[in-house]
This record gives sequence, structure tokens and C-alpha cells, in this order.
Amino acid sequence: MSIEATVVNTATKFVPMHLQIKAIHRALKVKNKLLKNTPFKPRKVPEFAELPIPDVNTLALDEIDVSNPFLFRQQQWQPYFKRLRDECPVHYQKSSPFGPFWSVTRYDDIQYVDKHHELFSSEPIIFLGDRPEGLPLETFIAMDPPRHDVHRKSVQSVVAPQNLKEMEGLIRERAQEVLDSLPTDKPFDWVQAVSIELTARMLATLLDYPYENRAELVYISDVVGGNAESTGGTYADMDETFKAAADMVKKFTALWHDKKRREAAGEAPGFDLISLMQNNEHTKDIVNRPLEFMGNLALLVVGGNDTTRNSMTGGVLALNEFPNEFQKLKQNPSLIPNMVSEIIRWQTPLAYMRRVAKQDVELGGKTIKKGDKVLMWYVSGNRDERKIDNPDEFIIDRKGARNHLSFGFGIHRCMGNRLAEMQLRILWEELLVRFDKIEVIGEPDYVQSNFVKGYSKMMVKLTRKT
Amino acid sequence: MASIKMIEHDGTEHEVAIEDGKSLMELATDNAVPGIDADCGGDCACGTCHVIVGDKWFPNTGVANNDEQQMLDMTPERASTSRLACQIKITEAMDGMVVRLPEFQM
Repeated sequence: MSIEATVVNTATKFVPMHLQIKAIHRALKVKNKLLKNTPFKPRKVPEFAELPIPDVNTLALDEIDVSNPFLFRQQQWQPYFKRLRDECPVHYQKSSPFGPFWSVTRYDDIQYVDKHHELFSSEPIIFLGDRPEGLPLETFIAMDPPRHDVHRKSVQSVVAPQNLKEMEGLIRERAQEVLDSLPTDKPFDWVQAVSIELTARMLATLLDYPYENRAELVYISDVVGGNAESTGGTYADMDETFKAAADMVKKFTALWHDKKRREAAGEAPGFDLISLMQNNEHTKDIVNRPLEFMGNLALLVVGGNDTTRNSMTGGVLALNEFPNEFQKLKQNPSLIPNMVSEIIRWQTPLAYMRRVAKQDVELGGKTIKKGDKVLMWYVSGNRDERKIDNPDEFIIDRKGARNHLSFGFGIHRCMGNRLAEMQLRILWEELLVRFDKIEVIGEPDYVQSNFVKGYSKMMVKLTRKT
Repeated sequence: MASIKMIEHDGTEHEVAIEDGKSLMELATDNAVPGIDADCGGDCACGTCHVIVGDKWFPNTGVANNDEQQMLDMTPERASTSRLACQIKITEAMDGMVVRLPEFQM
């Protein structure tokens, strides 16, 4: 446990966590003001201005910087990663805005790094950039064994298949409600109306969060995943980030205590995350370890949000780019489960996970030094011609569609993979019985991030089935 | 014909012919036995080829190494004779072996 975590956990016995966060924020502001005109510069939150990204073939290898948060938006990621895969599959960028880092871009090398957690640590965080100063959340995606194992086990049953079976009916009902309310006489924004709405409903169900306030979960996820310092996202205003964190912890702490009271009054424990944590030996007092408490919640919220949201949008886009596949799907809806895997590969909603080398490691003819940051670019491995035939094609009956990297491999493999697959399967089952055409109008808008490969807006026009 | 019996969670039985040198995962997927996903392609890195070996056959399947133990640890359906099928090398001596599939792969 970090010193900060110990201090916060101890202080929490006396001062509520959300007030502590406010205090940390004030202290940081004072510190940064005092440091301003001294040689000890305060840590600066980077702001990214969008410039046109040059053609990768005009660059020397060491000039290639795939941390650029506009690489996806400007549709440059394919030639950039192809060049790295072909010419320099384990690539070192020594001076990015996020500091030096290695990129691993071929499928087999990525699988190797992901599997060898004894060589590559997930601590302290899986984003390229640092965590915001003063907010060192502790989450098990960013822990090594043995701590990781204990934490993961205490919460994984919330998304275990057994639990999902119980929830499938509810998820389907909620999807039906959303789809039945969509307009068919005019174009609308698919991202807002479907992708965000469905994932928000799902998260509110998983967390037993007040249903009418579900947009708050989307907001929290956007702030964490869109942090400028961590991923090059648009949330650079630390006042806003701190406010969101304090607000989140206050609400979830209240939710925790409310649930405890209800259970004490005889209510049966639910299948939601907070109930599960309250009934697990390792996490029953987690509310007193707020950085862990918040970390677990943030992980579920972010992990269940950007990923599924952008796969819901990406699937529609893919079927528009490959219209023959939509015909194939309509003729044979039993292809939906296989198509879901293909969507998750084709979209790869989270572009990478970060590791730190625990010792010197030889990989692809290069020596990664102990302490170096290493990014496993799933988005590149999922398009690796050495492993996948015609990788840029979207093929709904692709053989071996499940063998994609989007969920990662090894002990950190995505815990919510079955939930994600189920949500997407239900969405497509319900879409096919309602609509004959799902037409993308114009170009979608893309998210600014080096981590989230996603969409902020996509206009769609529906034609009802006759 | 030397064979192995794989029983799905709902009781459906699949008898597959032994092919020396293959892994149990390959044997299952080559014979289209449902319920073995093998997402990582046999690298002991995803846990989606989980099987529960019949008690008396368990010692014949070898010993699960550390990597395999860790992946098995992640499934709630883990039993005392759980293995990952990709880590079991098939031999002629396994004629008659029975393995059960879990209800879900994680």
C-alpha cells in the first residue's frame, strides 16, 4: 500500500473521504502556487491541441509517436501501426508528452507480455500517463499478485455467468424499451440514444445505483477515462476532476450505508456489486479503505462503459462499411454470437494496456530495461496480418473470431467479457426483429484519447421492418 | 477405437477418437464439442477450455503448473480435478477417460 493510501485510510476513521479529497485538492493548489516561481516546477496537466498528423511514411522510425490522442480521430492509426508491425514491432519512443515508452504491436508479442505478469507489472496504473496527482486510486486491474487475486475474486461474481443468467431478462427488457423509443422518421445520434443509454442502464443495474441518476455514472466514467494526464483526453481541468471524485465517493458511501441499513432491517442481499462487497470477507470493510473502494467502483464503471458503448456504435459502423455482411446477418441471425466477437475485435474499444518491466527483458530483438513503460497495443495486434487473415475486413462468420486480444490474456483478462458479449448479443437480437436498415449518415465524430478508441457522435437513420 | 468421453453440463455426451499428441482442447474443438471456447488458442492464458476430469483419471492428466493454477483460480466453477484442456496432452493410455464440462466458461 502506498504512503498516501495509508494516510487516507487512517484519516478516514475521523474525516469523511469526500472532505479529505477537497482538502487534498486545496493543499495541491497551495503547493503548486508556492512552487510556481521556484526551480521545483509544479506538475503540469498537459493540454493537447489538435494538429494534422503527418503521413507515417514521411517519418523516421524514432519520430513515430503513437501516444498522439488524435491518431484515431484522424484515422491514421492503421498506417502507423502497420509500419511499426512491419518494421519495428517492439518500438521505443523516447520523448512523448507522456515520457518515454515502448510499443508492442504484434499479436504474439502482446500475448507474451500479457501472460508474463512476473516480468511485466501492472502497477501502479494501466494508462500510459500518470494518475492525477493526489488521487492515487487503487484498483486490481493495476495490482500484481497476490493482492490482485484477492481483490478480483471478491468482486468478480457480480459479472460471473451465473449472475448474468439472472440478469438477462432485465437487460433485454431495458434494451427493448430503448429501441422501441427510437425515431424512424428522422436521423438521430446513435451514441447518445442507444450506446450511452444502454450502458448507463446496465451500470445502474450492476451497482444498484439510483436508476434516475444513471447519467452520473456516465459522467464519472468520462472524467476518469478522459483524464488528460492519463490518456490525452479532454478532461484537463483538475478542479472538475476533484469535484467529480469527491461527489462520487460521497454518493457511493451513502449508497453503502443505506444498503447496510436495509440488510440489517431484513432485506435480502442483492446481486449488485455493493451487496457482494459487503458479503465478502476481504471487502466487507472496504468502505473504510476509500482509495480501494473508489478504485473498485471506478474500475467497474469505466470498464463497463467505454468498452461496450463503443462496441455498440462500432458494430453499426462496421455493418455500414461492409453492407454484404449485414445481408448475411439478416439471412442468418444465428451468426450473432460470432459477429459479437468480430465486432469486439474490429472495434478494439480500449487500444492498449500498460505494463512496467520488472527486470530487463529481451523482446523482438530489443532490450526493454527494468522500469521502462510498455504498451501492449491490442488495437494493432487485432490487425496483425501474421495472425489474422484479412484483418482489416469485418467478417461476421470469421473462423476463430473469438481469438482476439480485446479482452487481454492472463490474470488480468477482462472480468466483464461475458457481460459485454451478452449485452451486444441482446442488442443485435432486438435490432434485427425491429429494423430492416440501420444507415449511418455522414462521418462519426471520434473521441480524443490514446486509450479509448471510440465515438462521441454518430448519426443514424432507421427503417422499420415491414 | 480408443476414445475419450466429454459430457456437457446438460448431460449431452460426446465420444471423440483419441489422436496421439494433440491436446484435449484441440481434440474437442476439432470435433466441434460445444462449450470449449479456447479464446487464446491453447496458450494457457484465457481459462476458456476448463474441464473437470473424472476422479480416477485425474492423475493421468499430469500436473497443472503455476500459470494454469492461476487461470483456474479465476473460475467460480473450479473443482478439485479441474484442468485446462489445452494443457492436457492426449495419449493412447487415456482410452476411456471421462471429462465433464462446466456450465460456463469465464
